[in-house]
Formats: sequence, C-alpha cells, structure tokens
Amino acid sequence: MNTRRDSLTYLDANASEPLRAQALTAMVSAAGVVGNPSSVHRAGRAARAVLETAREDLATLFGVAAENCVLTSGGTEANVLAITGQAQGRRVLVGATEHDAVRGAVRAQVVPVRPDGVLEHGALERMLAADGGTPALVCVMLANNETGVINPVREIAALCHAHGALVHVDAVQAAGRIPFSIGELGADSIAISGHKFGGPKGAGALLLAGSRFHALTPLLAGGGQEQGRRGGTPALPAIAGMAAAARMAVSDMAQQAGRLATWRDRIEAAAVAAGAQVCGESAPRLANTTSLLLPGRRAQTQLIALDMAGYCVSAGSACSSGKVTRSHVLDAMGFGDDAGCAIRVSLPWSVTQGQVDGFIAAYTAMAARLPALQAGAA
Amino acid sequence: MRILVAMSGGVDSSVVAARLVDEGHEVIGATLQLYDSRESTKKGACCAGRDIHDARRVADRLGIPHYVIDAERRFHDSVIGTFADAYAAGETPVPCVACNQGVKFTDLLGMARDLGVDAMATGHYVRRVDGPDGVEMHRPVDAGRDQSWFLFATTRDQLDFLRFPLGDMPDKAAVRAEAERFGLAVAAKPDSQDLCFVTDGSYAGLVEKLRPDVMGGGEIVDQSGHVVGQHEGVTRYTVGQSRRLGNAAMRDGARQMVVGIEPASRRVVIGPRAQAVAHTLMLRDMNWLVPPPGPQGMRCAVQIRAREAARPATVWQAAGNGARVELDDGAVPAPGQACVMYDGTRVLGGGFIRRAEAVQAGSEGKAAS
Repeated sequence: MNTRRDSLTYLDANASEPLRAQALTAMVSAAGVVGNPSSVHRAGRAARAVLETAREDLATLFGVAAENCVLTSGGTEANVLAITGQAQGRRVLVGATEHDAVRGAVRAQVVPVRPDGVLEHGALERMLAADGGTPALVCVMLANNETGVINPVREIAALCHAHGALVHVDAVQAAGRIPFSIGELGADSIAISGHKFGGPKGAGALLLAGSRFHALTPLLAGGGQEQGRRGGTPALPAIAGMAAAARMAVSDMAQQAGRLATWRDRIEAAAVAAGAQVCGESAPRLANTTSLLLPGRRAQTQLIALDMAGYCVSAGSACSSGKVTRSHVLDAMGFGDDAGCAIRVSLPWSVTQGQVDGFIAAYTAMAARLPALQAGAA
Repeated sequence: MRILVAMSGGVDSSVVAARLVDEGHEVIGATLQLYDSRESTKKGACCAGRDIHDARRVADRLGIPHYVIDAERRFHDSVIGTFADAYAAGETPVPCVACNQGVKFTDLLGMARDLGVDAMATGHYVRRVDGPDGVEMHRPVDAGRDQSWFLFATTRDQLDFLRFPLGDMPDKAAVRAEAERFGLAVAAKPDSQDLCFVTDGSYAGLVEKLRPDVMGGGEIVDQSGHVVGQHEGVTRYTVGQSRRLGNAAMRDGARQMVVGIEPASRRVVIGPRAQAVAHTLMLRDMNWLVPPPGPQGMRCAVQIRAREAARPATVWQAAGNGARVELDDGAVPAPGQACVMYDGTRVLGGGFIRRAEAVQAGSEGKAAS
C-alpha cells in the first residue's frame, strides 16, 4: 500500500460528480452577467434571460412545466422544501434507506425495505391504509446513494395515489444517470441536485407536477422570488452550470450507462473473488454504483487504506466531523454488524479503464492485507 | 518512516506532527472522535468538535492526510462506563489510563498496524528509550508535565511501536515556541484540563446518570459505625479526602478524612489520618515493562497518585496477575488509582490499587492525561 500523492483516482461520484466542461463554460459566462434577475432594467432582463433559459432547459429534460421548476441551493433544500411545503395535515412516510435530508426533515413513519434494498410494497400498503386512511405524503428515492438500488417508483406512486397520498421522489442520484420524467414516474414532486450530474455545487431544483402553477409554502419567503416559493437572489452561475450539465448528462446517458455498467461489473467480480459481497446485488441498480462489503473489515480502515493508495471512495454517510458512521442503509437491509464493513464505489462520468484496473488491483491488495476483526468487534 | 500521529487538536500533538513532517517522515494524522461534541463545547477539554477542526486545520497546514476515527461507542463502553462502574464500587478510577490502554494504544494503534505504517506517535510527555534489553519507558525531561504514571499500562509490544517526540522537550514554552516556528494556529491554545468527557464540570453528576443505583445521599459514619453526619452521594468522595465532611471534619481534636466508601449501603466511613495510613497495597491488572520480581521482591520507588513524588517500597508478584507492595513509610492510597513502579526515571510496571480489608486512604487523584 504505497501512498501516491501524485496520483489520485476519484471514484466517489455519488458524493459529487466532476464538473463537466460545458457546465464550467456556462458558469463563467453567467458570472459575467452583472444584473439581478429581479431588476427591471436592461441588465436585469439579461440576467433573467439566463435564469429562465436554464429553468426551461431543466423543465424540458424532466418533463415539467417551466413555472413548476423551483430553483434551490441544492438537493437538501429541494427535498426539505417538498416535504415541509406539502406535508400540512398529512402523515409523512419515508423509506428506511432515504437520505438524511429526507429522513430528518420532519417527524415521519419509516417504511421498511426488503433485504435487496427495494421499498416493501406490502408494508407501504398497510401503512397507507392504517391510521384511518389519513392522507399521507410518501417520500421515496428513485436511486439509493449508497447501493444504487432503484425503486419501482411508478408502481409505488400508483399505490400511493390510490390511497389519496402524495408522492415526493428524491431523484438526486438518478438524475442524469437513468431516464425519467415526472409523468413517467407519476410523482407529485422530484428533487434534483446539480453537482450530482456534473454541475457545480450550490444549485438544485424542486420539480413539481401539473400543467398549472403549483403553489408551495416557502422555507424562505424573502423577496418572493421563484413565484413566492423560494426567496433570495438565485445563484445564477451555479444554476446556468447545472442546466448545462443536465443537458450533457441526459444526452450522454445511454452510452455512459453501458460503459460504466461493464466496469462496475468487473469491479464487482474482482471484489467477490477477494471475499466481498455486493449489497443490493439482485435489485435493479444504477450502472455507476456498487456497495462492496468485506465481512469483519471496518469500512473506516478500508477507506483510509484505499485513500493512502490514491483511491477516493466512501462509506456510510459523511457526518460533519468527517468520521465514518455506520450505514443506516445497510442496517435497514438487515446486514447487522456487517453494515459497518462496506464501502461505496461510484464511478464518475470521467472515469477511465486504466483507473478501473488500478482500483481493482488496489482493492484486491487491501482485501488480502487487512486482517479480519474478531466477530463483534466491528 | 511512515508514521501515524494521534492528533488531539492541541498544541502538543500538533507539534509532534509538524516535527515529524519537518524531519522528512511520511506523516498521517488521525483524530479520535470519542463522544458527540455537539452536546457541549467545553473550553480547554480535549477531543471536542473544536479540537477535531483544529487538528484538521493543522494537517491541512502541514499538507498531510488526516482522518477522524469514530471511537464513540468503544469510548463510552470501555472508558466512561468503567469509570462510572468503579465509582459505584467505591473506587476512584483513572479513566485516562483506560483510554490510553484501550482506545488509543489498542484500537488506534491496531488500525495503524493494519494500515501498514511503521510507527505511531503521540504528544504524551514520556520518553521511549532503546535500552540493552529492548525498549524502555522513562519519565520525560520536563518533570512538570510527566505523563508516565498515566501510561504505565502500555505493553512492551505497544511501546515498541510508539514514539513520543515531546519526551525530550525542556518545558511547555519550548513546545509552544516550536508551534510558533511551524506557524501552527494552535500555538497559544490552552492546555486540556480535567476529564475530557465531563462537560459540565460535575463528574459525580455523570456517574449518577450512568449508575442511578448510586444516586442519592447517605450517612457519614465513624469506624465503629456511629452516624456522625449526612452526605449527598458517595460518588463525591474519594478515600483520603477531608472536604465535604461538614461538622464531622474535626472529632476529638483530630482532623478526619474518608477512610472507606461502602456504596451498597451508601455509607462514607471517616477516621483520623493516623488510622488511615497503610503500609501494604495489593494491586490488580499488573503490567510489567521489566521481568516481574522473584521471591526476594524488587526494591523500587512507587507513585500512588497522579501528582505526587514516588516513595521507596518493595514489590512482590501476587496471584492473578497482581502484586503486593510494602511501603517503607505508610501512605494513604485510594482504591482504583494506579500504583506505578520506577527505578530512577524508568517505568518498571504498575497496577491498580485494590480495595483491601485494611483501611486505606488517599486524596482525589483525577487529572487529565
């Protein structure tokens, strides 16, 4: 395990994708626009034109009306806005493997998942019917950030609507990686985040269903921007970058998915040969994501060993202190103490075959070298 | 060498990292997160959120990788839990020893070995010396910052892997000057005080929260069992202490001190100092850094409190990895505290003082390490 400070291989796309060149160009261009989109003068109109072009592009890509594309600071804000803005008077049900942004938004009942990570349809149905059938807001992620497991959102949405429930979909990891529109999913709202598909950090969107204006209680009322749903001057360069990245990601999607799936499968085959198991293997998954569990080997140590070898991967969810926490996703899938023994490899759009080969060698060496802990010591 | 440095975010371990980088070693920083710091931001205590931030910024400045290691559960079980259990058993524990022994020198050191590094360095004030018969532990040059008493439980195998670059520093001012020289923002940061995990200043409150069975007041009695006063909780007392005895502090013209704690009956036993002095100590959980003594015993100096001079004694091995210590002159030891053996500056070994039938005494022995 040599430390190679000179060479760095980034395999943590689900934390943040590398910026796409088209996004950078759009950002630089938008950064030169002097006006505030809310101003009435010529400079303001120029800024507004940049903002609305970006909004229309995003709306078209995901099949919503432009006026129902609410621009936010990112995925967390979009998710929290969707939940607090639509939960009034409703029970909130969230999947057990949802992101902290969703799980922590409001008090909610937790819908269990199957061992493969997919939401339990039967449990959801029982929970929707319980409590006298009080209308619910159901939050379900399209693709999981740690395992890449894809939920059958269309079926889930149909079930929810049959019980008078609204459906909010966290599509932060799915956007730009698998094709979908709000109509195909049957969702009432969808959250996306720009830097998860090659845009800059600091921009996201809440996409709302319906051909007519969709009102929403804002988190920040401010000056009434975004038609009263999100106050504050929009981050124009970030938003323009997000829209450019989305166009690129969607147009490149099919080709990328094939390429990344091939490499992901090779990584998984090598990892399994080295003693790992693949979490959520039997479920439909994102092409770029794999969760590799090495029984008895703490994720924290695996992460450091790989980082020392020049490979950036992740485990669990990164808390603000930077420590590696046990994965609630793998806990919910029933992995027990082994939930602390998995790392996530998520291939970015820019990954090369040489990097994949290098990772396979580094992972295999690490798995052979790290001693397994005593049972229960993880 | 490739060295992992245990960085607390304080000035000492920051200087250790900076020196090792300066000497050309490949340095990796690691900071243990021992508890959720969001619940408080105690000033001057080690390992809080602010300290993790500081450690990370020092690592950034030095251009070395840095990792935050989650040790919350382990610290809670192996340090805080046993700390509370010891009080509930009428002892006065030294949690810093348990932390060094377990979380730091077993878990973190084990991880360092797993990662294939060559050594682990800390900011402790103690010297590691390569002697004729292998590695030795010695008191540091700066006697005022001596932490050897807190590190007696370090095994020879651990000591072999460890480095303590500050053991040779003449004083703290020199360490701060080094920090200045390396441009470290923590150069003027206050030293840690007391127990890092006691966030509101009351260790007794923490113990009572974890062990509600010992909560509540009880009787202060003399050695014949006569009730001479009331107290607010046994966890507030250490054998040897004279404070918090109220009207019972003086009896028959003699100053009284705690000579025993009986947690089951919630009684604090007091007596005059003359009756509290012990000549024989029985120790448990011995760690030997030299071959254990034979039947003739071993002459050495023993230190029975964190801040106290060592006193002459003879030590024998006892059953169950224990030891028997005969003090040349009597002393007032507190059960649960460490008894560490020295030959000059060299640490020979040590163990924890057991509760004995013979009445023993001591004074409060909590200090940070």
